[in-house]
Amino acid sequence: MSSKRTRVLIFIILALVAIFIFSATNASAEGTAVAPDGSESSLPWWGWPLILFVLCFALGIVAVLGGVGGGVLFVPIVGSFFPFNLDFVRGAGLLVALAGALAAGPGLLKKGLADLRLALPVALIASSMAIIGALVGLSLPENVTKTALGGTILGIVVIMLLAKKSEYPDVGKADSVSSALRITGVYHEPSTGQDVDWKVHRTPQGLITFVLIGFMAGMFGLGAGWANVPVLNLMMGAPLKVSVATSKFLLSITDTSAAWIYFNKGAVIPMIVVPSIIGIMIGSIIGVRLLAVAKPKAVRWIVIIMLTFAGARALLQGLGWWK
Amino acid sequence: MDNRPQASEAQLAYAKLLDLGMKVGIVILLITFIIYIAGVMEPNVPVDKLPDYWEMKADEYVEVTGKATGWGWVKDLGKGDVLNSVGIAFLALVTIFCYLRVVPIMIRDKEIALLILILLEVAVLAAAASGFIKTGGH
Repeated sequence: MSSKRTRVLIFIILALVAIFIFSATNASAEGTAVAPDGSESSLPWWGWPLILFVLCFALGIVAVLGGVGGGVLFVPIVGSFFPFNLDFVRGAGLLVALAGALAAGPGLLKKGLADLRLALPVALIASSMAIIGALVGLSLPENVTKTALGGTILGIVVIMLLAKKSEYPDVGKADSVSSALRITGVYHEPSTGQDVDWKVHRTPQGLITFVLIGFMAGMFGLGAGWANVPVLNLMMGAPLKVSVATSKFLLSITDTSAAWIYFNKGAVIPMIVVPSIIGIMIGSIIGVRLLAVAKPKAVRWIVIIMLTFAGARALLQGLGWWK
Repeated sequence: MDNRPQASEAQLAYAKLLDLGMKVGIVILLITFIIYIAGVMEPNVPVDKLPDYWEMKADEYVEVTGKATGWGWVKDLGKGDVLNSVGIAFLALVTIFCYLRVVPIMIRDKEIALLILILLEVAVLAAAASGFIKTGGH
């Protein structure tokens, strides 16, 4: 990253903080925030959005270094430790994941890593189900959603710990669905200088799995990279890089459909959404810069510990065992 | 000459529009948010009152604040907080524009199966965006 770009980023951060403070001095001092445990907080109204911005900046860095999407960290952590209702957190989580996917999508598509042919059938299933998931999620009482969210996050931790990855899965013969749609491709692997040909199998099974993945993405406002990648890679046999890239691109479609449901329902508050999106985007840019010097394995363990704690808290809050 | 494999024409066209749409959307989001928090326009919900509302469920928030649902926000664009909806809606529309961009390429290349998938996806996203799909609340 150039020093010019770094200066622009620092300027944006300082400008936003300055505007927040300027805005705060103009607003009346009446509005004080309510803490997550229900007690009156001493924070002024702008305290939580400012903390949210700083947290999302950090999450953006950790997400890149830990190889996970921002949405999967955002919803459980903000949902458990901030005073915002889970409806608004999920609406913001979807938009955070959407913005990240929109930003990454063009580069991944141009390089041929994300594949449009592979994404089209999967996206149709996942985005349709995400609408249903969003409708169900917004209809349920918060304690039920929070309990299910906590359980899901702990499940994701288990998947992260146990799921294997295959750089180049062995696909003997393409299935009839992928053959009919000509889901096949070739990409350039710079580390070996080779062009890698790939095809997929077990497409019908993969599509059925995306029924559940799309539903959960919409219901909990999570990006679904944690589920997309294993299914595309291990079940359907796409190479790991194609799976990761196509998964990221897929989020731009799946999360669009669910985000519209939350947006139309009024579950989007700009004061929560915009600091989150900007914070996580700036953090991601810094994260990419830090990739060269960071220890991804250590960061991955930090992500797992953060998710475990946030998931457990959401579960216990949902069950009423932890305020 | 570069002999590396190239992404398909449809994929490149999609990527180009996605790139443009994302950048325009983020710029709109930033500008409208700065207008909002700088207090240039009166918001629907005063910023210092937000902590009273953000712990409510969305249904309750809409009822108490009178916030418009669906596309009702368009008539309230003179309010600072509602103005942010322009950037958010734009980002959420980008994918639909990208799908529509590749329709002519699919028709020209007679990719009928993919064309059907694309048109179905546009229908799904348009239905989600329409505001007609609603929950019953609880």
